[in-house]
Amino acid sequence: MRILDRTKENIRTIRTAGRLGWAMESNWTDPFLFAIYSIVRPLASSLILVVMYYVVTRGKTGMDLFAYIYVGNAFFMYVINVLFGVSWVIHEDRDHYQMIRYIYISPIRMYYYLFGRGIAKMILTTVAVIITIGFGMLVLKIPVNLLSVNYPLLIFSVAAGIFIITCLGILLAGVSMITAHHSYALTEGMSGLFYLACGAIYPIDILPVWLQYVSKALPLTYWLELVRRSVLGKSVSPTLGGYSDVQLILIMAGTTLVLALFSHWIYRSIEYIARKYGKIDQLTSY
Amino acid sequence: MKTDLRTNIKAIIARAYVRVVGANREPSWWLTETLLPIMSTAAYVFVYKALKAPEEYVGFVILGGTMSSYWIFVLWTMAAQFYWEKEIGNLEIYMIAPISRMSLLLGMASGGLFLATTRAVFIFLAGALIFKVNFAIISLPKLFAVFVLTLTGLYGMGMLFSSLFMLYGREAWHGVTLLQEPVHLMSGFFFPVRNLGFFVALGASLIPMTLGLDAMRQLAFEAGPKSGFINVNVELGALVVLCILFLWVSKHALEYMEKLGKRDGRLTLRWQ
Repeated sequence: MRILDRTKENIRTIRTAGRLGWAMESNWTDPFLFAIYSIVRPLASSLILVVMYYVVTRGKTGMDLFAYIYVGNAFFMYVINVLFGVSWVIHEDRDHYQMIRYIYISPIRMYYYLFGRGIAKMILTTVAVIITIGFGMLVLKIPVNLLSVNYPLLIFSVAAGIFIITCLGILLAGVSMITAHHSYALTEGMSGLFYLACGAIYPIDILPVWLQYVSKALPLTYWLELVRRSVLGKSVSPTLGGYSDVQLILIMAGTTLVLALFSHWIYRSIEYIARKYGKIDQLTSY
Repeated sequence: MKTDLRTNIKAIIARAYVRVVGANREPSWWLTETLLPIMSTAAYVFVYKALKAPEEYVGFVILGGTMSSYWIFVLWTMAAQFYWEKEIGNLEIYMIAPISRMSLLLGMASGGLFLATTRAVFIFLAGALIFKVNFAIISLPKLFAVFVLTLTGLYGMGMLFSSLFMLYGREAWHGVTLLQEPVHLMSGFFFPVRNLGFFVALGASLIPMTLGLDAMRQLAFEAGPKSGFINVNVELGALVVLCILFLWVSKHALEYMEKLGKRDGRLTLRWQ
């Protein structure tokens, strides 16, 4: 009974935080302008890579690598947005709206609140990914056959990816508790690190050997490989191509478990330090 | 109201001081502003490596990543800073102080420039050394002139954007957010801008960064002139015009938006 009550309580926290996050994300303008705003950034980010590709190959898009880059970049939007959506909450509620102390004294669990606040970004990113892939299929002729997409694997991979990114977001939220308002740069930098190391826009085989070890230790590498396989049906990475889907899922599950425990430990430890030294509601805008 | 020069200079130093000292009191700043920003730039280098692009493209990416520090600085630590000041209640304090808004913004810019330059220098040095970029500088004085003019033009543009926050809140904030990736695309941060076509590149030239980057590519790399959009001397002249234009327009925009903000009671409106 106690577990059931607790679950209900946590779901209510996620739902309320999700509604709050959605309102903060979207109610600054009318829905049309908001829709345009939501798709311009992700499309521009994909088009940077498209132009880079066109410049070098002089317009040839038939190579498998093009689809590999494009699809990887589209799904990487989850990393940038959800990571930011979860970790930025600390700064937003602490420095900007100055509400974090009231959230802390309310009878909710911060974990679920952070996850709920990230939901708005997850929804927006899902729309952005669909539009980006659709644009790629229609305009850039990315070879995605909607009838041969492995939907169960795709849905599982996306759900797993969101869990992984939320763990990372909670880790960064912990770090944000004791850093100043430039934690924006921290999130941006960490996204950059994953962008580089996880093979989001190239096969990891191109990286130096020592960086390939880093890449193989990160669950996001396997997640990106799984979503690419589910959408494109193949891999162009000789290293990751050697693993079957099941093997990739198992490795991803193992590395995710380590990450989740690490994220929990970091968050709890830093939260304690922040409360002990009175940093939990510090104002750092300079 | 006539404001005296000394007070304004003091305001510039004071506003810059807070930034430099504030940042240096945060050890995490060294990580977030030096090591981490190189990562996404390096990712773009590896894209070119995966595509087996000519070597000079690696240099183009490093230059783009370096200059991207200044664009981010203009967007977040200048243009959007008035948003934060407004939200935490500092803006009204600035308004009642006998100083020019431009001095305040210049102070922000000077302090922010310290952070942006640290970030830029690190990306440039680490990128150039790790990826062994070959530079072939044609004219150092011209390169320096282009760099200074680009930063001045960007400063004017940042002031223009910041004037929006006298009247707007989150609308302007999201507008500024929207200028990150689309400008990276339009200004050709990671590829020569002329690949976008003449008219798109011409339109994008309204952003000083577009012409500045193109001129720098032409002046710093052997293959630069081949991939240039227009002649460097023309770009230098256009940058001078853009600097004057943005500084003049932003001065008037600041005054006008402040007047509108006061009239509509939105100057001190928080969390709108």
